Amino acid sequence: MQDTNTLKEYRNQCQEALDDEFLRKAMDAFAKAYRTNRVNAFAGINEKALIAEIAAAKDGAISRLPELYEEFRVKAEQAGVHVHLAKTAAEANEIICQIAKDNGCRKIVKSKSMTAEETLLNHRLEADGLEVTETDLGEWIIQLRHEGPSHMVMPAIHLSRYQVAELFTDVTKKQQDSDIEKLVKVARRELRGKYIEADMGISGANFAVVETGAIGLVTNEGNARLVTTLPRVHVALCGVDKLTPTLHDALRIIKALPRNATGQAITSYVTWITGANACATGPEGKKEYHIVFLDNGRLAMAQDPDFRQILRCVRCGACANVCPVYRLVGGHRMGHIYIGAIGLLLTYFFHGREKAKNLVQNCINCGACKEACVAGIDLPRLIKKIHARIQDEEGHALPSVLLGKVMSNRKLFHTLLKTAKWGQKPIKDGSTGYIRHLPMIFGKEQDFRALPVVADKAFRDEWPELRPKKVDNPRFRVALFSGCVQDFVYPEQMKAGVRVIDGHGVDMDYPMGQSCCGLPLVMMGESESARDVAEQNVKAFDLEKVDYIMTMCASCASHLKHTYPRMLGDDPELAERARVFAEKVIDFSSFVHDVLGVDKDDFKEQGGQGKIAYHSPCHLCRGLGVTEAPRQLLRKAGMDYAPSAEEDVCCGFGGTFSMKFPEESRELLNKKLDNVKASGAGELVTDCPGCVMQLRGGADVRKDALRVRHIAEALADRKK
Amino acid sequence: MQINQEMLGTFIEKAGLVSAKVSQVKTLEEAFAYTAVLCDGKESCPLLVSGCELNLSEPSVQLCKEKTSKIIAAPGLDKEQFASLRTLCEYKGLELIDDGLRRHLGGIDVGFTVCDLGIAETGTLVLNSSSEEVRLATMVCETHVAVLPQSKLRATSYDAEPELLQFMGSTPNYLSFITGASRTADIERVLALGVHGPLELHILLWEDK
Ligand code: SF4
Ligand code: SF4
Repeated sequence: MQDTNTLKEYRNQCQEALDDEFLRKAMDAFAKAYRTNRVNAFAGINEKALIAEIAAAKDGAISRLPELYEEFRVKAEQAGVHVHLAKTAAEANEIICQIAKDNGCRKIVKSKSMTAEETLLNHRLEADGLEVTETDLGEWIIQLRHEGPSHMVMPAIHLSRYQVAELFTDVTKKQQDSDIEKLVKVARRELRGKYIEADMGISGANFAVVETGAIGLVTNEGNARLVTTLPRVHVALCGVDKLTPTLHDALRIIKALPRNATGQAITSYVTWITGANACATGPEGKKEYHIVFLDNGRLAMAQDPDFRQILRCVRCGACANVCPVYRLVGGHRMGHIYIGAIGLLLTYFFHGREKAKNLVQNCINCGACKEACVAGIDLPRLIKKIHARIQDEEGHALPSVLLGKVMSNRKLFHTLLKTAKWGQKPIKDGSTGYIRHLPMIFGKEQDFRALPVVADKAFRDEWPELRPKKVDNPRFRVALFSGCVQDFVYPEQMKAGVRVIDGHGVDMDYPMGQSCCGLPLVMMGESESARDVAEQNVKAFDLEKVDYIMTMCASCASHLKHTYPRMLGDDPELAERARVFAEKVIDFSSFVHDVLGVDKDDFKEQGGQGKIAYHSPCHLCRGLGVTEAPRQLLRKAGMDYAPSAEEDVCCGFGGTFSMKFPEESRELLNKKLDNVKASGAGELVTDCPGCVMQLRGGADVRKDALRVRHIAEALADRKK
Repeated sequence: MQINQEMLGTFIEKAGLVSAKVSQVKTLEEAFAYTAVLCDGKESCPLLVSGCELNLSEPSVQLCKEKTSKIIAAPGLDKEQFASLRTLCEYKGLELIDDGLRRHLGGIDVGFTVCDLGIAETGTLVLNSSSEEVRLATMVCETHVAVLPQSKLRATSYDAEPELLQFMGSTPNYLSFITGASRTADIERVLALGVHGPLELHILLWEDK
């Protein structure tokens, strides 16, 4: 449960997590195993189509939640259920306490419910003197430890068997073995008695099916069946977002939820409860059955044209499973109560800005969660949007405002960058191109990778001389978009790109009005300035005269392509222009491989150059879905491409993320470089100057014998 | 009725993947015999319930003591079927019950049920558990023996949908999808079976006509 006040405190907590060796090992093993399991689980299934169907059906339901609630209520009441709607978390807790009081209940067994975690229900029940026992094994363990869950599906994933054995020794007052199978059996027997004694059972609900008035519960342990069967009173606490018109909707989600959560085709149990069922100890042999629907901001969220998609979430937990930040710091740091990417969002809505303000910054924008989300939620974008919203509400930090101001004034920004090369003289190490002594503002924690210096001459200033001869009847007319890093720090990458393309009948241009793509501004939560630069860029290109806008920066490419149409979409004068602009954007590798069709004979035959590894930038493989083109290019250019582990996991750069969370950035970088090292490669190429900056700087500090370059540079070297 | 062999194959494969033990029986009597033999052969000590051999707290030790004989619960059978199973049980000295399961919450050995539908794509059993006895029998048992008439096999959950809706339509209703034994991976992600419900699931595919 993350609840620090300042970013500094939050970073300290994250550092503690990074120092927890068991946690790190457990998280690493989990992240790796999950990837494989997920792939296997979805084998033979059209995953994208299934996700699209789920998203569409959910959207349909979200647009008429109040109506669905009414229909459900009528249906369920006919079957003897008491249905409640709680506006707030506190109200839900009150309703449940009242039910306990009215029915003279004293002992409660609970099955897993994130919604009950959301409302902190247990605290409230215990305040009334009720005895509450969690029966899901993981939940029971963390309840006994007085902790919150560290994962939505596996709440005790942060604990070792030894810790559990110690805990159970305390509970049973008998010495316990650390053998997992035995521990599970001890829990089986200890909890059995709790069910028997309980007079009230509280469950969550994965679905509230309107056409039948049923709730659906998806579980593996089977505890929900006992919780809903043995005690004479049953209360199901259910977010209004769980309302779904038909059984078919629920069956569809069941095809995806367990697969995405744990790699299972289906959980051991799915339980459908319609109406007040037989219960020997209940009044007149029937169960006293209540369903409490929780609003807590959901109905308002459903009205928001953009944030409403958050309500599609089916709580599978996958957005944590694939998140490189979650993997580093674990759930107690990557969430307040809800965890992972969705946790960053829900914390803001359910638990407030204070709890969310540090959390939302801890996202490197790698897109892994978006790709894994079974409800098709655009998580990274919404996280940035919340970050921006919090800044708007709380006031922007001065450096962030300044950055925004400077960057949205292209001339000022570029002048500053150019003069930076004079300022860096005393700190520059002439022979290597790195800043050797970081200026004070960076601080010691930034020293895990060497930072490059600004180039003597920006690409834009070299362009007039570099520009290849005009091509008559060109096959393609291409406008280059450099992005800041290649323009001012690594112009040699641009030059290499131009050299690779030259001679293939391409007419190239470099529009001088272009500026920073604006992604760093989005990362800082400066959405207004980000929009300003987007407008400048869209206007800087003469769209009728170009077939493609080619960029060698994966992050720029994905930002230009996906964010521009959205950012400028509400401006009638720019919407169409932004759409066309985005359509023409292409990354270097796809352009060279797929469009130009560069092939073996374009390259010199060259052997004995050693193995070469590839880093797949987040914004290329997930942002643009490009995975094959760069690898094919390496092979076609005759390079000895050596695949390494986790090629598509983030390098830890994330633009300003690496400045804000250097401890995490360093860990991700080291992991990446370790994997490359293990592949035996002496050279590492990638499709993004940001990744090059991070990886090259890291290799330099570690003194790895590794050459890091943009893929274009490696290709240019081998070009005939 | 023509049984779709492919569907049957899928069911057997998928149920096997979640460690259900699948066999085929020609008659219900064969299923009864299977169950009696299984229960009879279970452990050397008739009193042992899984977990009771471990270091438990005092109240849990007491709960373990409540079980005094080998018990099969078979709620939901008709009179004739029940009588037929009872003969077998008596012969082997096993206790057979079909109600009063609340008196046996400490544990029973085998829960025996005939299922309502099967879903091949996931190896899932669908059991109408509106009767509390059925719910309890399938949860407090160590082993669940489930008979699935082959004629009730459906390829996918979507194919079963009209029938599922029918069950849910006659309220109140408590319908269970059961796929393999009760499981958890909550400690160090290590899979362990039987955390609350059955430790084993045996499925008997009944070649009903
Ligand atoms: S974008 Fe990447 S870092 Fe951010 S929440 Fe998603 S998976 Fe985690
Ligand atoms: S946001 Fe998506 S991936 Fe994350 S828990 Fe919800 S459905 Fe699963």
